[in-house]
Amino acid sequence: MSMYNEKVIQAFMNPKNVGAMENPDGVGEVGNPRCGDVMRIYLRVRDDRIEDIRFETFGCAAAIATSSTATEMVKGKTIEEALKLTNREVAEALGGLPPEKIHCSLLAEEGIRAAIEDYRRRRQGLPPLPPRHDAVCHHDIPGMEEGHGE
Amino acid sequence: MRRIYMDHSATTCVDPSVLEKMLPFFSEKYGNPNSVHAWGREVRTAIDEARASVARLLNAEPREILFTGGGSEADNLAIKGVAESFSGKGRHVITSAIEHHAVLDTVKWLGKEGFDVTILPVDSEGRVRVEDFRAAIRPDTILATVMYANNEVGTVQPIRELGEICREKGILFHTDAVQAAGHLPLNVRDLPVDLMTMAAHKMYGPKGVGALYVRKGVRIAPLVHGGGQEFGLRSGTENTAGIVGFGAAAELAARRIANGEIDKERRLRDRLIDGVLSRIEDVLLTGHRTERLPFHASFCIRYIEGEAMLLRLDFAGIGASSGSACTSGSLEPSYVLLAMGLDHATAHGSLRLTLGKDTTEEDIDTILNTLPPIVENLRAMSPFKKNA
Repeated sequence: MSMYNEKVIQAFMNPKNVGAMENPDGVGEVGNPRCGDVMRIYLRVRDDRIEDIRFETFGCAAAIATSSTATEMVKGKTIEEALKLTNREVAEALGGLPPEKIHCSLLAEEGIRAAIEDYRRRRQGLPPLPPRHDAVCHHDIPGMEEGHGE
Repeated sequence: MRRIYMDHSATTCVDPSVLEKMLPFFSEKYGNPNSVHAWGREVRTAIDEARASVARLLNAEPREILFTGGGSEADNLAIKGVAESFSGKGRHVITSAIEHHAVLDTVKWLGKEGFDVTILPVDSEGRVRVEDFRAAIRPDTILATVMYANNEVGTVQPIRELGEICREKGILFHTDAVQAAGHLPLNVRDLPVDLMTMAAHKMYGPKGVGALYVRKGVRIAPLVHGGGQEFGLRSGTENTAGIVGFGAAAELAARRIANGEIDKERRLRDRLIDGVLSRIEDVLLTGHRTERLPFHASFCIRYIEGEAMLLRLDFAGIGASSGSACTSGSLEPSYVLLAMGLDHATAHGSLRLTLGKDTTEEDIDTILNTLPPIVENLRAMSPFKKNA
């Protein structure tokens, strides 16, 4: 099992913005149940600003901690500002993640982007973005620097 | 807060009575058991006694027991030792898909060395089908190795039936009994097994010492060459304190089995299993309901992931384990659960709770009160729900 720092443990034990949202303006779902992490992000947007954000995550402690922290980081931000959030910033806000858990922070970044993309599609009258459950696991991608934790 | 260790399949504590017997062999009884003088002879006597104690646990003869540096080494010695010794007779080896890596990877290694390998599937309860086993045997089969009981799901294999087939077909049969030895009555005079692996640290003995039972008359080749210790099968000056500790642990285990303490453990295990299944929805027991280790409870808890559960339990003072990818440090969840036909998402939610000799009814009740809210809390966070 990974060794987590105190910030990660705190975020995991007391996550913020947890749970489903009724009538969201955008929903993004990323990850792969095969790999053991799936993240769903719900957005409520007012005047181009993220008024509320929620997450539901199936995954390890790092996946839950990064979900919580990433949602906190973009809450109240404009869409453009939220799109600038990087996985590195999420990991840094948590005081660093074990190398094999960096992909969890990437999942949080992608989850927020997917929810924003869905929000924009809905605004254009396009059908909602389908969940991306068939995505390859980040840790399956050859050449990723995070290593495999083996 | 009382901390409750529920990971006895991983390892056990050294019992105080075992430690007490070991300690002099780090200090005043430091002789080399291979020396002729009094310093050596007193240690040789202690090793002989330990060997007799381990033999008694299996109803074996002392010279059928050889000490190794642990269970993995004993597995390697059994499999490679037979392969080396019998390769002139045939080059086919049979094992199962749910073996411990010490067996599975050793057999796969033989596969790269020019042996033919058959890895048998298991049923949904983790048992090798006897008919599959029989059908896999070929004229050139020299060895079959099937674990006595599985570490992840607790299932006990039909070892007697498999062994009888091996007898009938004239092939050697090895079983990795690391999880079973000291916890189930084993009698090699009555069981058709030729080689059996044990490890002291799973029965309240020290880590770093194991044993291989080799039936009288079975000739295997050594892995470690040198001074010819352990009947020429495991050279190297003996780990005297460890071996003495194993002997003491074997005596303790024999007493526990004779006193019916195993039955007490089994009742507590059933209280735990029944409690988890009745208090939490969408949980499945992994492994066989009755043909399982008396101290072993294992589950898959749907819609949540194992590592998250373990950490929450840890913060509540309960030490458990899981076969999720996040805990194994690999990409895949437990190969054992996948071999039993579980899907990946379910396997990621695995939870193993293994009881020990000091586990109490109150401990079980604490777990039964602690686990459901943790599961509920994590499920509230999960995008997967019942009927979703």
